[in-house]
Amino acid sequence: MALIAMITGFILVLIGLYGALSNRNIMRMIVAFTVANTGVNLVLVAVGYMNGRTAPILNDAVPVAEAATRIIDPVPQALVLTAIVIGVGITALMLAYAYRLYQTKGSLDISRHTELKW
Amino acid sequence: MIKRLTLILLLLGIGTLFAGLVMTYVPDEALNLTASYYAERTAEDLGAANIVTAIIVTYRGLDTLGEVTVLFLTAAIVGLVLSQTRGQTRGRSQTAEQDQTSLSNEDGSTPTPFNQDQASPTPATASRQLPPTGELLTTGTRLLLPLILLFGAYVFIHGHLTPGGGFQGGAILASAMLLLLLSDPARRFGHRMIAIIESIAGLAFVGIGIVGILLAGGFLDNRILPIGNFGELFSAGAIPIIYTFVGLKVGAEFSSMLVSLSETEEL
Repeated sequence: MALIAMITGFILVLIGLYGALSNRNIMRMIVAFTVANTGVNLVLVAVGYMNGRTAPILNDAVPVAEAATRIIDPVPQALVLTAIVIGVGITALMLAYAYRLYQTKGSLDISRHTELKW
Repeated sequence: MIKRLTLILLLLGIGTLFAGLVMTYVPDEALNLTASYYAERTAEDLGAANIVTAIIVTYRGLDTLGEVTVLFLTAAIVGLVLSQTRGQTRGRSQTAEQDQTSLSNEDGSTPTPFNQDQASPTPATASRQLPPTGELLTTGTRLLLPLILLFGAYVFIHGHLTPGGGFQGGAILASAMLLLLLSDPARRFGHRMIAIIESIAGLAFVGIGIVGILLAGGFLDNRILPIGNFGELFSAGAIPIIYTFVGLKVGAEFSSMLVSLSETEEL
């Protein structure tokens, strides 16, 4: 179960890298980066998963006394929660810069923006 | 062609690295030291049923403050970049209009610049007509908006009991904003209101943290309020209050990003 999620996550990272490196349109690169971001999050969550255990929320099903043997690792989940929120912020930032680049050159083609090319 | 080949080779290399990681991955049989500490002590020390919330708000509360700061910076930069662009485009679109009028009048008498200035001040927004949004979307927005806001508030107030919390609830609040913008793309929101909510929430977050230094064990300690009965709404000390402010702040920041991005429409 965790293995499937982990493999899917790594494949998503590869798809995202391929999309970001092979496309010349900035919007497509941004979408590719969000795909890779999702893949990394999936891998992190999969690392925290343990077979036969449940979510780290204590209630009637998971009494406090048995918590340490019944729940999965809560730390990766907290980490991924942070990563998702920051990912949204980064995406918004990339979109704003893409808009700004479009304003300066009238094009979203990365090969038109050659100022920092060497 | 050679480019594509290098790309595929690069991806193959990274893929082999990933495959090696997956092959040698052995899932843990028991919680590691940190995780088992959180699992055993959260209910007793903090009174929170959701351990992820306890980690985010109390154990690693300072990191969450940093995260909220990063989000605030992002929203501020998005607003800055887009507002500078707006000023430029307005000037440029007016010159473009002037060019067009001068081109169209080329065969006739050359128009004096004075007349042009009187003709061009029609705002660029009026020239672009957006298609009307459908009846379904408008009515659906009216029906769903209060429910979405209520659900967002529910998610961040119950963050210490159920899956969810300030960040998720804030994102749900911002989705209500997105629905409003979808149903009426020309709608303009006051940045002032969003900024006020954001500043108050941020100040309250830091203020509760400082009260934690004075009354309890340290910065952002949740035990400034009684921990209460485990599993009830009014329990876990200050966690629901902190998460409410985090939710409001995240909602306001996402909304300000959405509003900034939507205002680029008026080209």
